[in-house]
Amino acid sequence: MSLRNTVRAMPVILKVSFSEALAYRAEFMIWVLTTTMPLIMLALWSAVASEAPVGRFGQTQFTAYFLSTFIVRQLTSSWAAWQMNYEVRHGVMSMRLLKPIHPLWSYAAEHWAALPMRLVVAIPMAAIALAVVGARQLPSDPAIWGIWCASMAGAWLIGFLTGVTVGCLSFHLESSVKVMDVWFALFFMASGYLFPIVLLPSAIRHVVDWLPFRYQLGLPVEIMTGAYDRAGALWMVARQWGFVLLLLGLATIAWRTGIKRFEAYGG
Amino acid sequence: MLRYATLLYVQIRASLLLALQYRWDFVIDGAISVLWAVTALVPLTVAFGERASIAGWTFGEALLVLGWFTLLQGILEGAINPSLVGVVEHIRRGTLDFVLIKPADSQFLVSTARFLPWRATNAVTAAAVFVYAFRRIGHGPSIQGVAAALVLFATAVLLLYSLWILTVSAAFYVVKVDNLTYLFGAVFDAARWPSSIFKGALRLVFTFVIPLALMTTFPAQALLDRLSLPTLAGAIAGALLFAGAARFVWLQSIRKYTSASS
Repeated sequence: MSLRNTVRAMPVILKVSFSEALAYRAEFMIWVLTTTMPLIMLALWSAVASEAPVGRFGQTQFTAYFLSTFIVRQLTSSWAAWQMNYEVRHGVMSMRLLKPIHPLWSYAAEHWAALPMRLVVAIPMAAIALAVVGARQLPSDPAIWGIWCASMAGAWLIGFLTGVTVGCLSFHLESSVKVMDVWFALFFMASGYLFPIVLLPSAIRHVVDWLPFRYQLGLPVEIMTGAYDRAGALWMVARQWGFVLLLLGLATIAWRTGIKRFEAYGG
Repeated sequence: MLRYATLLYVQIRASLLLALQYRWDFVIDGAISVLWAVTALVPLTVAFGERASIAGWTFGEALLVLGWFTLLQGILEGAINPSLVGVVEHIRRGTLDFVLIKPADSQFLVSTARFLPWRATNAVTAAAVFVYAFRRIGHGPSIQGVAAALVLFATAVLLLYSLWILTVSAAFYVVKVDNLTYLFGAVFDAARWPSSIFKGALRLVFTFVIPLALMTTFPAQALLDRLSLPTLAGAIAGALLFAGAARFVWLQSIRKYTSASS
């Protein structure tokens, strides 16, 4: 399971996973359509901003914010926790362990392979957003967009690594999916998914700054809607990657202790 | 009629016995129900921190809508979803045959096949939201308001159920629809706000096509004595119409069904 083998196997794995995503495209589109929450929130916040702007958010800024939320969510979401839970309980995990590549790499590859399909939804949404709010709402500095790319990678990693950590709990617990439910509810509240974090009272905002949720979604959204200058964005992304490293350690430990307990069902 | 009551009792008892094996789920489901209610509550709190009223609703009034939403979500996830997800599985595997040959109405049998009693924790959460809402408003609801709201609640359950039957009937034509549950839940999420928050075409859709307004906004208005009698009558008629259409589509779909193996 050397790194060289993993790199060599990667193109094939990506190709296979992509064909799989393509084969179940109708199902996939339904999954995409379930991401209605940003639009529901947009309706609420447009109604709030219809008379006067809230802070720096008028209706246009809210539209930009929530459409960005939709796009970031599409491109960074992870289903590792549910998939691992299913595979452990149904014994499919043993097939994965037989392959000469670390299962966590193959999970990651499956996520990456679904990206083109997600772009099919995200790009038109971006075009709509651009048409509605105008290019002036976006940051013009190319360096900011470079930092944005780093923040997107970090956001995906936070989601994926928590997914893996919680997924590893299914080696110990029957109901690890419920743990994910709790994480998700917290994510909804503290990530900027339901409202821009800056609208929170400052005491709560300081707590949220030290939780991982905001870096999983809110940060890229804030960067692409022009909330930071270069230094501010860099500082926030540095904090984000701190969480990435922390979760990487956690996921590795969870995997190592979990896999020792695994015995394939029916094996 | 008595036979169906007995059948219903047997089916619920089976679900209850199954649920009792997972007693811890009661605690976990309860905690999750509270947490999700809070996720709906937080944006409202933040939004009403900025404004005294939004789209004609004060905070307390909007909480009533949220209360109905929480209650109906519990019913959707505890009494409607589990059975009907089972139907999709039956259709996919061809085991629906075993249901169809039983000497009782097939729609009744599949609709009562499975309940998740622990989801009843949503009702407790909803009750807490109602109490808090009326404390914010400053006075309790009137008797006729409560009566109208209860009638509307019944129509809301009927509507939800009918919409689900219509969705599940689609499984006879396009088999792979198990994630339609999630899509349905995602659309239902829009019912958490008073319908006047939605503008233009969306509001029409949520009133007439996917009647979310009838499910949560109307009962809340009834509690506030703001619902006119014609609207109430219209809501009841609409719900009955939906239920009739759902029944018709189900019977048509059953007729078309050919078991998976034949």
